[in-house]
Amino acid sequence: MTRKQKKALVRIGIAAVLMILLHFLPEDLLSIPSAAPDSPLSRLPRLLLYLIPYLIVGWDVLRNAFRGILNRQIFDENFLMAVATLGALVLGLLKTGDYEEAPAVMLFYQIGEWFQSYAVGKSRRNISALMDIRPDSAWLVSDPAAEAGAEQVSPEDVPVGSLILIRPGEKVPLDGLVESGESALNTAALTGESVPRDVRPGDEVLSGCVNMTGLLRVRTTREFGESTVSKILDLVENASSLKSRSENFISRFARVYTPAVVFGALALAILPPLVRLIFLGLPPEWDGWIYRALTFLVISCPCALVISIPLTFFAGIGGAGKAGILVKGSVWLEELSHAGIVVFDKTGTLTLGRFEVTAVHHSPLAEEELLEFAALAESSSSHPIAASIRDACSRPLDLSRVGKVEEIGGNGVVVEIDGRQVAAGSARLMDRLGVSCLECHHPGTIVHLAIDGAYAGHIVISDQIRPEAPEALSRLKQSGVRKTVMLTGDREAAARPVAEKLGIDEVFSGLLPGDKVARVEELLKTKSPRETLAFVGDGINDAPVLTRADLGIAMGAMGSDAAIEAADIVLMDDNPLKISKAIRISRRCMRIVRQNIALALAVKGACLILGALGIANMWLAIFADVGVMILAVLNALRALFTDRL
Amino acid sequence: MKKTYRIEVDCANCANKMEFAASKVPGVEQVTVNFMTQKMIVNFAEGADPEAVMKEVLSACKKVERDCEIFL
Repeated sequence: MTRKQKKALVRIGIAAVLMILLHFLPEDLLSIPSAAPDSPLSRLPRLLLYLIPYLIVGWDVLRNAFRGILNRQIFDENFLMAVATLGALVLGLLKTGDYEEAPAVMLFYQIGEWFQSYAVGKSRRNISALMDIRPDSAWLVSDPAAEAGAEQVSPEDVPVGSLILIRPGEKVPLDGLVESGESALNTAALTGESVPRDVRPGDEVLSGCVNMTGLLRVRTTREFGESTVSKILDLVENASSLKSRSENFISRFARVYTPAVVFGALALAILPPLVRLIFLGLPPEWDGWIYRALTFLVISCPCALVISIPLTFFAGIGGAGKAGILVKGSVWLEELSHAGIVVFDKTGTLTLGRFEVTAVHHSPLAEEELLEFAALAESSSSHPIAASIRDACSRPLDLSRVGKVEEIGGNGVVVEIDGRQVAAGSARLMDRLGVSCLECHHPGTIVHLAIDGAYAGHIVISDQIRPEAPEALSRLKQSGVRKTVMLTGDREAAARPVAEKLGIDEVFSGLLPGDKVARVEELLKTKSPRETLAFVGDGINDAPVLTRADLGIAMGAMGSDAAIEAADIVLMDDNPLKISKAIRISRRCMRIVRQNIALALAVKGACLILGALGIANMWLAIFADVGVMILAVLNALRALFTDRL
Repeated sequence: MKKTYRIEVDCANCANKMEFAASKVPGVEQVTVNFMTQKMIVNFAEGADPEAVMKEVLSACKKVERDCEIFL
């Protein structure tokens, strides 16, 4: 609680106690003997007593109302509350003798304000705490020889290339590479993933993770301002400079609502009595109608409505952040909930983006032996395909066995190994050497081998489908995505089987990076106006597409600045299941937003009608107003809990 | 030019009122008040002097909501 909130609470408490005491005060204790019974004068002393709690709890409202008048802010809540309660006191003095209403309305109004301030402040802190990944300090080793000489400094003061120590239980303060030490890192704050990640010398560590088990010596690779943790904090803190349609709707509505209710109140106070007087020949009953009008004013504050919407979005964004999904503003949460088409860039999102040997076919030799020949043949190449063959070969490579190497322009190599001539490469290389080779029907890249002019089979190398991808796509469909599309630079024969295996609806293959934008633009034309198109990429080379789509989702973005920059939603790890989770989070968030709008509008509407009919009094009006706000705030906080989605 | 300012405001509708008032100030092209993060993000018009404009913004906001604060 802040000091302001404490003070407000004390005032509310004192006023409430006074109100209760006054309630049990005998009617005739204070009376002016000379006054005629049941005249305004006889009611005056009680009014003065009731003014005490009224002023204790409401003096600032009256002050602000007065200032509002000076600034010509007629539709200021303070002004309206002041008019309503002062009006009730005057009516009490002149007619009814009921003074409890005005201080009570003021009391509940203040309770509502207090609750709003408290709940919002608390939830804001809670949600921010979810993203509390800011490291406080770093242990800088200035002299590598003297280990004990590590000094504690602020992460901002550590230059690139410094050596830092990270003890168990501490946050990794800066991005860097492990020099020595082994440990498990808790990446939950960054990715929402609870399985710890093991690191050993040579591995990259990212700031914001928590070192769990061992002491690490890390060589920093980025300054604090450039590190992962700063990037994420920046993103979270500066999110939502764009407001969602729901928020804009509510703020427009609030601007119209208050004046409308005030004019309604004015009409209610004047028109019915005049009609009764002039047309019906009945007594005007001014006081009754004025009372109804004052009841209107009590309901004129749109705060319950206005607070619950941004709070819901904020809680939704916080809940998503907890799950490793960073949303750059409420508008994107709203757009995501309408996602009808999801377009994937194949490499790196549906597949791992790593090439691996998946099969060896038609080899007269043992598989291992063929792989060894292939690996030796490709030993001088840095191509990823060559690297994947070397990775697949389990035997140690003895490079002294390799003799003369001849590269055949883009088609492969002919190498002398143990005095034998080994050719490794495409079908075209085999043609050139006059070796007849067998076609392969598997998707992926094929490397044919010939030893001493005889065909020795081929190796199939392909990008691995992510194990979670099939489930991720079926869950997308379950969460209401109409159509899934895959974009890839692969040839049709390689792309089609992957798409079929995953259950993708449409494939565009053989695309150059520039074609992807054009395809997405075509798809944008086919969607219905209410749905949105989301593009999922791994953030490498697809920034233009991320920007062009209604909604850009970057995956596995930990450490990739370009992706964090270009995307609207950033998945901190590379698990495609998070996409459907994000959609479900957004859908529920929007559901809560709609519930809150409907609840607040319905209750306010009902109060206005009942108030106009004279059924609802001020008590009911203020109860409904504060009650609906509390309900809306509590409902909004549900958006925070995303574990079970 | 876009700048972000820390603000202090108690109620959500007051934040909306601040946003509306600030958007009327000459030199402000677009402004967003984020009640939840207590921030005001101002997009200044070409050639406007942020410091002078923000003074106007502050007084405009104070007019609609006395209890608000913008930390310039």
